Amino acid sequence: MTAPILFDVPGPKARRRNLIGTVVGVALILALIGYVLLKLAGNGQLEAQRWAILFDTRAAVPQALLRGLVATLQVAALGMVLATVLGALLAIGRLSDHRWVRSPVATIIEFFRAVPLLVLIFAVFFVAPTLGLPISAFAALVTGLTLYNMAVIAEIVRAGILSIDKGQSEAAFGIGMRKWQVMTFVLLPQAIRRMLPVLIAQLVVLLKDSSLGFIIGYFELLRSARSLVEFFRLSFGDQYSFQIYVAAALIYILVNVILSAFARWLDKRLARSKKSPAGETLPLTAEQFAAGGGGLGAV
Amino acid sequence: MDFLIDNFGLFVDAMGQTLLISLLAGLLALVLGTVLAAMRVSPVPPLRGLATFYVEVFRNTPLTVVFFFIIFGLPQIDTVVSPLPGAVLSVGLYTAAFVCEAIRSGINSISAGQAEAARAIGLTFSQSLREVVLPQAFRTVVPPLGNVWIAMVKNTSIAAGFFIPELSSLLPRLANAAADELIATLIGIVLAYLLITLPSAYAVSRLEKRAAILR
Repeated sequence: MTAPILFDVPGPKARRRNLIGTVVGVALILALIGYVLLKLAGNGQLEAQRWAILFDTRAAVPQALLRGLVATLQVAALGMVLATVLGALLAIGRLSDHRWVRSPVATIIEFFRAVPLLVLIFAVFFVAPTLGLPISAFAALVTGLTLYNMAVIAEIVRAGILSIDKGQSEAAFGIGMRKWQVMTFVLLPQAIRRMLPVLIAQLVVLLKDSSLGFIIGYFELLRSARSLVEFFRLSFGDQYSFQIYVAAALIYILVNVILSAFARWLDKRLARSKKSPAGETLPLTAEQFAAGGGGLGAV
Repeated sequence: MDFLIDNFGLFVDAMGQTLLISLLAGLLALVLGTVLAAMRVSPVPPLRGLATFYVEVFRNTPLTVVFFFIIFGLPQIDTVVSPLPGAVLSVGLYTAAFVCEAIRSGINSISAGQAEAARAIGLTFSQSLREVVLPQAFRTVVPPLGNVWIAMVKNTSIAAGFFIPELSSLLPRLANAAADELIATLIGIVLAYLLITLPSAYAVSRLEKRAAILR
């Protein structure tokens, strides 16, 4: 909201009131921050030496965190590629003219959207070995992330394709294109532009969800942080635990903020582009999906 | 099948935990999210900034990391929370950011004339929000809020990694005790989740129809 429509331009009285609100609010926040800092300082968490460990290459902390970040990015990158490709295929399958393609694909999509990601990861991780398939934590994590996100992405792509004006495909059929040509040359290129911001928002979710590797023991960022903490606990107790967790959280936030900012930039850029498809904008919002998949709400 | 019947109590208990966390966290997220949304459109700049900051931080932090800070970080400021309140707090604080965004999109979807009319008859900011804008906004955000709720129910599974005996935790717990019944366990867990999410989705679509504003 650029122009404030919910309140009038503040006059002298309202300005004074807002100022009081501002002062009280800032004071409350400062008090809260102060309380936390005081408690942390009381426990010695703010000593410079404790934070120095994060940059101490001899203690191998930066290296371990970097390895963790790389492991996280590896899982996320592989999952993103697989989920996007499979999701696009599923979306096309769900829009098929043939019932025997459409209904099984719809069942697959709805099933994987309905099951929590962690259950999928657990399922792959614990069930595959009983079927005689030894599986690493890495493979289980990638498989789980892919299965879940391909279903969510399939719905995003489907919504994108359906949002393209009907005249587009009618015109394409009219000049004698075949079904696959209409899809690949006319519908998909326009749909992708329209759904790109939502798609990237979902990929941010995927990146965040890769932290579930922690629970099945894959050495991604969070697990690396945890193992560092456990390693230091042997000789120093809990002296460095807090600092290492904070560092891990900051790395996550930084990477995701960069990705989200990229999505917003792309959104603005696409909105200005002349090549953008005509008609109203995509009826789904990134927020709807960013909570970790739409679930069954859109059935 | 016999296995599921034999362990029925176990599944019911676990589902109870999942439901309990979901309901409490959902309540927390709804209240906090609404307050945050009101802050984001308020005339006081620091409140806007604070709410934006909150939403950006929580939307970009994995829920697992939030759990970490609540369970292992809070003791560092001398506040120990036991696993269940910790899980409720983690899921609730995390989901509040998404609730806020959903409600804000609802507020933005209310036509400007409504807010202008409210101002014109002399309502203050909080009055126009309470009496005019939010009641309409809540109606338009039923579907996205329903999605957030369902996603949140699924997100509570992460509590399995933090000492909560909820549904997902049955799989690793029974993986050792009943290795040959894993598929049955899995089916049971999936069914239990569906038992929560499918009626939710149905209720949301019913509510959506009833709450829809006819224009």
